[in-house]
Amino acid sequence: MSQLMLSQVEICYGNTTAVHAVDITVEQGQIACLLGPSGCGKTTLLRAIAGFERLSQGSINLNGQVISTPQSTLATEQRNIGMVFQDYALFPHLSIADNIRFGIRKQPTKAQQQRVKELLELVSLPGYEQRYPHELSGGQQQRIALARALAPKPALLLLDEPFGSQDTELRESLAREVREILKQEGITALLVTHDQHEAFAMADEIGVLQAGRLQQWGSAYELYYQPQNAFVASFIGQGSLIAGQIIDATQVETYLEPLGYTTPAALHSDKVTVLIRPEHVQLSRQTDASALITSKIFRGNEYLYTLELANQEQLLALCSSEQIYAIGEKVAVNLAERIYAVVNREVN
Amino acid sequence: MEIKNFVWRALLLCMALLTALPILAVFAYVFVPSAEVWEHLAATVLSDYLLNTLYLSLGVGIGVLLLGVPLAWLCSMCEFPGRAWFEWLLLLPLAMPAYIIAYTYTGMLDFAGPVQTSLRELTGWGYGDYWFPNIRSLTGAILMLALVLFPYVYLLARAAFLEQSICVLEVSRTLGCNQWQSFFRVALPLARPAIITGLSLALMETLADFGTVQYFGVTTFTTGIFRTWYGLGDHAAASQLAALLMSFVFILLLLEQASRRRARYYHSSSKYAQIKRIPLKAWQAWWAVFFCSLTLLLGFIVPVTQLTSWSIANWRTQIDSSFLTLIQHSLGLAMAAAVFALILALILGYGKRLSPSPLVSLAARLASMGYAIPGTVIAIGVLIPFAWLDTQLNYLSQSLFNSKLGLLFSGSLFILLFAYNVRFLAVSLQTVEAGLGKIKPTLDNAGRSLGLSPSAVLWKLHMPLMKGSLLTAILLVFVDVLKELPATLILRPFNFNTLAVRTYELASDERLAEAGLPALMIVATGIIPVILLSRSISRSRAGGSL
Repeated sequence: MSQLMLSQVEICYGNTTAVHAVDITVEQGQIACLLGPSGCGKTTLLRAIAGFERLSQGSINLNGQVISTPQSTLATEQRNIGMVFQDYALFPHLSIADNIRFGIRKQPTKAQQQRVKELLELVSLPGYEQRYPHELSGGQQQRIALARALAPKPALLLLDEPFGSQDTELRESLAREVREILKQEGITALLVTHDQHEAFAMADEIGVLQAGRLQQWGSAYELYYQPQNAFVASFIGQGSLIAGQIIDATQVETYLEPLGYTTPAALHSDKVTVLIRPEHVQLSRQTDASALITSKIFRGNEYLYTLELANQEQLLALCSSEQIYAIGEKVAVNLAERIYAVVNREVN
Repeated sequence: MEIKNFVWRALLLCMALLTALPILAVFAYVFVPSAEVWEHLAATVLSDYLLNTLYLSLGVGIGVLLLGVPLAWLCSMCEFPGRAWFEWLLLLPLAMPAYIIAYTYTGMLDFAGPVQTSLRELTGWGYGDYWFPNIRSLTGAILMLALVLFPYVYLLARAAFLEQSICVLEVSRTLGCNQWQSFFRVALPLARPAIITGLSLALMETLADFGTVQYFGVTTFTTGIFRTWYGLGDHAAASQLAALLMSFVFILLLLEQASRRRARYYHSSSKYAQIKRIPLKAWQAWWAVFFCSLTLLLGFIVPVTQLTSWSIANWRTQIDSSFLTLIQHSLGLAMAAAVFALILALILGYGKRLSPSPLVSLAARLASMGYAIPGTVIAIGVLIPFAWLDTQLNYLSQSLFNSKLGLLFSGSLFILLFAYNVRFLAVSLQTVEAGLGKIKPTLDNAGRSLGLSPSAVLWKLHMPLMKGSLLTAILLVFVDVLKELPATLILRPFNFNTLAVRTYELASDERLAEAGLPALMIVATGIIPVILLSRSISRSRAGGSL
């Protein structure tokens, strides 16, 4: 059964529409993610699910109950939704135990204590009951914020850029840790982030949001290899977009060579854009080579080269560190993969 | 470098000690026996002083909390018609010295005043036919002080509510609190340190108040000190009363410092989101408007209207050459004190920046303690050492040159300026330090690396950047000095009058209508810092939205 269902959700601020006709379904126990650049409307959507924003169109359904329509917004405190904020928002005047207890204060004291103990063990901070938030490190505060949100066993957990204030290197491992905790508790969750590594590490399914519209909904693999449009293609991962002309149902003509393709989305014309991931570009030294190396970045086990083709198109190539080319050198390009993603030419 | 540092530190320490002199002088007298008068005081009025001061503080404390906290919450977290105006208009009562509002309400509410007169006209009652509350009472003093001191709590509570991470309130909603529960369980406890800071500032002003309680005949420590010094002529007993008052002040000072420290921990977020104000529904909105306007009316508009009408009725007979001298004296004295305080503040502020050490910080702290000390205490605290100095000098010159020098220090404007600096140095030091703090040390380094000498850094970088702060520092002290009553009253040279003293004298002679014009002028100048304050508030609002 679907735990969270958004249908045709639209949110307006005065005359500007922040979110357009978004449909999302999250199944019980799944971890979903809204991914997009800042200002794309993802936080607005999250806040609407929490009950902080009013809908102008559509409806939100939680656990079979309608919680938001343009006519009525169920008060946040009655939704049974947990939320973790980017700045953790721990109550600085309460001890860790009181912070976690805050949402279950109506339960018997015994049950509260039991739950606090259980959650502190879950987030690997046992014995922290009497500490205060300012005595904890950022990562610890974050785990307490998670424990506090989980205490009332919410029907849905919302996480607003939960790793945003952590060091980049830490984010992925934290995301994995949190994912394990959520899976262990069987929590349905929706995460908002602008960092795709975080999304990939944490979520079962991901929705890419741009300019208030849902661009694509799918697994990380689908987003990476089968983007539905040019925005998703350029936003997720690295890659080059080169011009193409559809020849027939299986072949697309490009400057390099005719390529096999998938057509996930409706194509408006036979003039298209082909996404080429750098790991699929192979370089070699040949006498009639025509692609010019314009820059290179050392990536440890690999070099990332930027090439300029004879028709001025740019191409990225990832090669192992043993294959070294110099800037200004001309190389031959060979494409390793058989099937490429094709999207409409215009970026919407 | 070593010697330079040493000279700096010695200079700073000397300044700090000089500023602390009155406090030391007052406490030194604790050990001087004054048995007879002290016993007399203890047997007769001391318990009155204690109880009245206690009741007054308690009453004013409750009053400023009941006014300041709800108003701050309404203006920062709710939306209702006129909110943006009330947000800064509610600061206006700060411009009203308590003694002036006390005179005004007395004039309005006493038997011959407009309120009772129209009441009699309406009902046909005569003298003695009806009961009317007497404003000249302890309750009256509490009301007057609360009406003009609540902005301290309002201002700090409002800032605390605005600073709170909006996420903290939202998280409490997701954990099952409604809006009002969120306020009582989260917002209010988080704002508590700020509210206590505001409360202790308001109570320091209450303890320092002389004009209101003197006029209302409420015997507190300040009036007691005045009476013992002048009426009984016992300096030791007066000092001992002052020392007792000071110990109350120190408790408040500790409370204030502690809650400021605590507030740092309560700072919950570095991420600011636009506050979504709670829109108040029809009747709630009307209550909010009613509450805000009533406070504003009673604390500012009604007294100012009364003062204006008195001034209009009397200005022809009042404005003469002696009145112009009065203004000249007031402005000149206030300006001199303000410039003097600025120079000291610059020396202290730069000393702290250039040669930071625990000793220097301590010196700055010591020098800025005066803001908590009642004017009456400072007055006798400076009189004691300087009167002694004058006596010694006269003794010396008598024996050497067979002539007297007169009261070189204690009888001149010098002692007044000195006392003002003890009391108000903190104001200008705080402003200067805030201005200096905004100039990052890297800017100095950048200037030096681009070929500026240290003094060129001061003139070419700091001065232009600090211009605003310096002006503010001068202005704030200027207005404070203009309003100051008890120290001026005690320390002024013979026949030297200021606006504040003249207002006091006229009011004491029951010539309230004539006191209107000088009082109105003091209030009008007092509005300047309020405007400055509200401007800095509106600027902080702009930054508040992400």
